[in-house]
Amino acid sequence: MNRRDFIKRLGIGAATIGAASIAGCNSKQSNIEAEKGTMPLRLNQNSGDKVSVLGFGMMRLPMKKQDGKDVFDQEQINRMVDRAIEYGVNYFDTSPVYSQGQSERVTGIALSRHPRESYYVATKLSNFSPDTQSREASIEMYHNSMKELQVDYIDYMLLHSVGSSMDDFNRRFIDNGVLDYLIAEREAGRIRNLGFSFHGQQEVFDEMMNMHDTVHWDFVQIQMNYLDWNHAHEIEEMNVNANYLYDELDKREIPVVIMEPLLGGRLSKVNSYVHSMLKAKEPERSIASWAFRFCASYPRVLTALSGMTYMEHLDDNLRTLCPFTPLTDDELTFLQEEVAAEMMKYPTIPCTACQYCMPCPYGLDIPGIFAHYNKCINDGRLPEQGDPNYKELRRAFLIGYDRSVPRLRQADHCVECCICMDHCPQNIEIPTRMHEIDDFVEQLKLNA
Amino acid sequence: MLRKIRISLAAVMLIGITWLFVDFTGLAHTWLGWMAKIQFLPAALALNLLVVVALLVITLVLGRAYCSIICPLGVMQDIFGWLGKRQKKNRYTYSPAKTWLRWGVLLVFVVLMLLGLGGIASIVAPYSAYGRIAQSLLQPLWEWGNNLCAFVAERADSYAFYSADVWVRSLPVLIIAVVSLVVLAILAWRGGRTYCNTICPVGTVLGLVSRFSLLKIHVDADKCNKCGLCARNCKASCIDFKNHKIDHSRCVDCMDCIDKCHKHALSYGVAVNRSSQSTRSSQSSQSTQNSQSSQSSPQQSRRDFLTTTALLGAVALESQAKKVDGGLAEIIDKKPYGRLTPIVPPGALSISNLHDRCTGCQLCVSECPNNVLRPSTDIMHLMQPESSFERGYCRPECTRCSEVCPAGAILPITREEKSSTQVGHAVWQKDNCIAVNTDDGCGLCARKCPAGAIEMIFTTIDGKSVIVPAVNEELCIGCGACEYYCPSRPVPAIHVEGHEVHKEV
Repeated sequence: MNRRDFIKRLGIGAATIGAASIAGCNSKQSNIEAEKGTMPLRLNQNSGDKVSVLGFGMMRLPMKKQDGKDVFDQEQINRMVDRAIEYGVNYFDTSPVYSQGQSERVTGIALSRHPRESYYVATKLSNFSPDTQSREASIEMYHNSMKELQVDYIDYMLLHSVGSSMDDFNRRFIDNGVLDYLIAEREAGRIRNLGFSFHGQQEVFDEMMNMHDTVHWDFVQIQMNYLDWNHAHEIEEMNVNANYLYDELDKREIPVVIMEPLLGGRLSKVNSYVHSMLKAKEPERSIASWAFRFCASYPRVLTALSGMTYMEHLDDNLRTLCPFTPLTDDELTFLQEEVAAEMMKYPTIPCTACQYCMPCPYGLDIPGIFAHYNKCINDGRLPEQGDPNYKELRRAFLIGYDRSVPRLRQADHCVECCICMDHCPQNIEIPTRMHEIDDFVEQLKLNA
Repeated sequence: MLRKIRISLAAVMLIGITWLFVDFTGLAHTWLGWMAKIQFLPAALALNLLVVVALLVITLVLGRAYCSIICPLGVMQDIFGWLGKRQKKNRYTYSPAKTWLRWGVLLVFVVLMLLGLGGIASIVAPYSAYGRIAQSLLQPLWEWGNNLCAFVAERADSYAFYSADVWVRSLPVLIIAVVSLVVLAILAWRGGRTYCNTICPVGTVLGLVSRFSLLKIHVDADKCNKCGLCARNCKASCIDFKNHKIDHSRCVDCMDCIDKCHKHALSYGVAVNRSSQSTRSSQSSQSTQNSQSSQSSPQQSRRDFLTTTALLGAVALESQAKKVDGGLAEIIDKKPYGRLTPIVPPGALSISNLHDRCTGCQLCVSECPNNVLRPSTDIMHLMQPESSFERGYCRPECTRCSEVCPAGAILPITREEKSSTQVGHAVWQKDNCIAVNTDDGCGLCARKCPAGAIEMIFTTIDGKSVIVPAVNEELCIGCGACEYYCPSRPVPAIHVEGHEVHKEV
């Protein structure tokens, strides 16, 4: 029985004995409540912006069913944006490719209901596809973003997902003169801050840092959280540990925008051991709160983006940060070392369900497959031969797999075309992992 | 009392067999598989002499108790008859035996079987008719109910239920099942066991034996006041109360008349041969039996030459102007491949063996957990199972169809035997192959082949150097994994052609 129920029942009991004063005296949801006006703001010395430490990532937006199809729940998005702004969130991050290309439009609709000066909007030049890499097509994409967002200037403009190779970077932004164009736009005031988002190889990052003297990056967006702080490279060889990225940016006094503070929910849906470790320290706070407090505890962090699908996500984040108590050095070490080490023991696939790999041309539900597999690992419910519970776990794994991913979209249908590989910001070797999962499932099917 | 025993046993059998047909988990078969195997016609076709002799002996002792207890179609008709009686009491009357019709139907039935048209003949076979009704009409209801449970279980985080695909295996069989059900329901509603005593070939054969059964219903003429209540409640219309005669070839031993008679004039016991009833030797019954089970020579059927579906070209994977994130690509349904030779499951030995023995009861179809088996629509093989791989393939660990077949059309086979039984072989056609027609590269058929019969090889096609699948027909067992997994839709680039006679690889 939680406190609320307890009080309610007490209230009913009290009313019957006439002590009505107790009833309904306390109806708050939790002992920790978000207070308006306490959202920490971080100063961007480049533009003087005061940015809320919680940013709204417009990638994992709420959907609803309409005529059997998934469509955006604009009404709910509006409500969430309204509440976020009410509590001081002022940074909204989107991209032309997010959510099947619909994110900018719904963001624009939600934000245009507020005064332009009450929010900062960030979008990206997402010219991944070769047919959008010409100068004209890229510039068209940029102009289209303004149109979709219903704005005449963009506060934060990013070169989207730099890092797979310098060749890729040069092809997308240098050879076609797009970077020069964007710098000119910044001078013209239509772009207030110019930066890039980074996923990938260290040498590309170093190269980008070398360009800082000439380009002057107003901010950089990196993937940072307590697991990637020391382990990103270990999880996927191509990736760089967040502590290196942060330190390099900090050295150059470049404001840091954080993406994947929660690893697509993987730092809130943790295994039960980690869950109890965290709850033991802060029993009244959510698991996700640790991830946001971790990011916000670093002073160079301008904002940490959270892709909030439900109002409850927003509420929880607001409770975490309004007001905000930075983590102590001991707590930081606890997360970076003890908790991260514990998580590393579980061989989960580092998918954050960002959907960049989708749609797979062969119909696979890549993030869905990984989510089921990871869930079984995290729950310690991966069936292994010889386990006394093998039969039960096998059944749960196979039935659960069919429930979460339709048969024709499962890992066994991967043809290894590798189209997804170019898109995965986590640099997961998707086809290899698909085959591993398929082999595992095949063994389960063969051995009842 | 006798009636209650009959009803209880019949209820057990009907529920058991129905469960056997609606169950898709394989659980029912473990406990109740024998219920299908003691059915007369399948046992005769399987040359299961033990069962056939036992059933004949039972009939010789008890009369046609088989028709009232073991035969699911008979019991099903009793339910409709009971409903009919509720609508109008005492609705039956005595009618003389339609001997010419009974023997005529039996003769046609046997001739059709001998001509290799068992598929058509089995439309009137009782057990398989019930099987078709249960599989086509009841299994979907059962599965939908199950899927509802699975839906709830999923939300309750339980793995007690998993959802099953509900799909029409074959429209002709569905139509046959519906028509059989409607006709039988009307006949049973109006006249009780009309079908059993005029059309059913098993009824005719057993009727011949039951004439001479040890235990019979008989009328005590001294007690009878000729009220006719017995005759008006006789669903077999076989009590000639005016003459105190009962046609024991049609009596199904339902015992209803015993309970109905106020004068206790009817009883079930050892026959008293009061009038000079015919005492022909039972030779003729045996001869019928022999003709039933005799092996008909494999008739080379005219094959169904379906022209292969027009080639639709490689599935063009349209590139989008702007690559956006998320969403799921549409998956086009595969079409059943028009095969030159049908594929029959491992254990069937050959197309002709399956053809000769199968009664089209659909038990294997309802069991198949991989959605491979479905009834044939070819007139020569009507309602008999064949394999196709749009929804799954014949998985190596599964031998369920071979375990359930009561007619010996699919004989029991072990996993090991199955993995070395060649039921067909894969055929690759370059026109649709992703590996040839796109730059994506594909080797899914080779990767998924459980027999290791497909190898990806370098070759040159139309001046282009490509890596394509090469089928080793000697190793291929025809399981259909390649066809199922082939990403070319709706027409796969690799498909299985059946073999007339299965062999070991």
